[in-house]
Order: sequence, then C-alpha cells, then structure tokens
Amino acid sequence: MPLDINNLVELKPNPNIAAFSSGDTVRVSAKVVEGDKERLQAFEGVVIRVRHQGISSNFTVRRIGAHGVGVERTFLFYSPRLEKVETLRQGKVRRAKLYYLRGLTGKKARLKEKIVSKRNNQS
Amino acid sequence: MISGLMGRKIGMTQVFTPQGLVEPVTAIEAGPCVVAQVKREAKEGYNAVQLAFDPVKRLNSPLKGHLKKLGLFRHLREFPVADSTPVEVGQVVDVSIFKEGDVVDVIGVSKGRGFAGAVKRHHFAGGPKTHGQSDRHRAPGSIGSTTTPGRVFKGLRMAGHMGHRRVTVQGLKVVQVEPQRNLLLVRGAVPGATNGLLLVRKSIKGK
Repeated sequence: MPLDINNLVELKPNPNIAAFSSGDTVRVSAKVVEGDKERLQAFEGVVIRVRHQGISSNFTVRRIGAHGVGVERTFLFYSPRLEKVETLRQGKVRRAKLYYLRGLTGKKARLKEKIVSKRNNQS
Repeated sequence: MISGLMGRKIGMTQVFTPQGLVEPVTAIEAGPCVVAQVKREAKEGYNAVQLAFDPVKRLNSPLKGHLKKLGLFRHLREFPVADSTPVEVGQVVDVSIFKEGDVVDVIGVSKGRGFAGAVKRHHFAGGPKTHGQSDRHRAPGSIGSTTTPGRVFKGLRMAGHMGHRRVTVQGLKVVQVEPQRNLLLVRGAVPGATNGLLLVRKSIKGK
C-alpha cells in the first residue's frame, strides 16, 4: 500500500488543549527556554486564525501589548512545547480568519461574547 | 555491506524533536529492493550489485529473462560494493541498512522546467522595468563583443532546457527509519516530484 504524506506521522492530541475556535479569548502556556532553564510562559489573547494542517496545524493569538502595540504569536498544536490552552471567553464572529482585527484599535477591536445555552454547554 | 537502495518520494512534512524544535523532513518509501545481479572484478571488471525495485505486472521478455524468478520490477540500478561483501542474487535489501543519525546522499531527477529563459534558469536580473523599455524586461543582455573575438564563447549562460536532470543532494541527516512501513525520513529537501524514483546511499563524504 502506498504511503500517504497526510497521515504519515502519528498525531497525539494534547489533552490539555481545550476546544476553541476563532474569536475565542484563550490563555496559552508554552515552554520557553532561557539560557539553560525552561519555564512556562503564558500568552493571553484572541484567536484570529486556526489552520488545520495535520502535524503542522497551528493557531495565531493576538493581543494588544504595551503602548497599544499589537502582538501576535503562532503556536503549533502538536508541539511538545505547548503545555496548556484554556478558553476564557467565546467570541461571536462570522468568519474563520479574523485578520480584520489588525486594522482596528480600541473599542472597535472588541468582539461580542457568544451566548452559549447551558444545555449546549454541558454536552 | 550494500550502501544504498532505491525509493520513491512521498513528500515533505514536519517532525518535532524531543526539544520541541521542528525539523523539515522528506518522506521516502525506500525499498524493499531485490539483488538482481552481482558483478565481480573477475568477470565484469568491477564490483557492484544490481538492485531491482517497484514490482510491476507486465515486463518485456528480455527483462523477464534477466530477472528470472525474482519477480517483475520497474527499476534496475547498480550500487558499488566492496570486493569481499557476501551478496547473493535474490537477497532483499530494505531501509534497515540505515539508522537514525546516519548521513545519506539522495539522487533524483529534478522537476522539468521546459525551455526556460535566462532569468529563471540562471537568475539573471533582466532589463529595466521602466524608462521607456520595450521587450527588454526578461532579456539576457549582451552575449559578447564584436569582431574580436567574433563568436560567442562556449558555455555562456543562455536560455534553454531547465530541470529534468540527475541531481545529487549530499549530506542529508536520517531522522527516522521504519522498516515495517519501508519509511525513511531525511532532513531537508530532495530532488524531483512526488512519486519520483530516488537513490539513497550512505554519504560518500561521511559525517
């Protein structure tokens, strides 16, 4: 049987990654190497894109840093350096890639919270 | 020891190192190959094995006769061996001749680009885009002087057929070997298109 490039490498989902989608506010804990020490670093912001590409799957989180400067970080889903992802708030958005947020600042860059019914939430 | 074998390019993907770094790898379905002929100094004048790869359903009679009862294979290629190596016709060679951390050379036929201009083929800069230029945007420029020497020098880089030639990439690191799936992952890119025939051998330059 010929080998298929798309499922060549076994994917081991990280149990500490909560389900989330574009528009959600998440806190990502990733391992950072400083000198010869390793520590956890948290990054909190809005998910502006999720790319499903097998082992290379990744998502980008955007937050507004000091002095109103936008900071974006891209994380790989299957990286052993990705420790934990928590969903803090679900945003109500109408598209999958929220690149338009890059052009917005202040109050315009806010997203409405998605109202999730209790029944749906529990299942 | 047989120092190489044939394979098929599957494509490129990524793997994570234990440190969490991403390594770009090419997946190769390597082997199994069957020894079709053993050439010895005494008879053929040099030492080599001829390997057969990729089973097919039909083959012409001369090749059927050459392969005898070994099966029918699409590709035959020679690999040099040492004089003293005990090799027999019918012996199977698979990826287990390589192990993680080995350095290999990969040989393939690069993707054909057809008749390509000098900009694409030799990275020429082309002509100016503005200031009244017409028909000069991707032109190669001057190809020589006038009456002296009165000819164009041999080997001058010009437009012509690009790609579809044998290319060797040396010193690729073996990242993973899986004999069950005949799978070989090497770090970096490899010549040719997906499903193209590749020769993988132990690096001639060593580590």
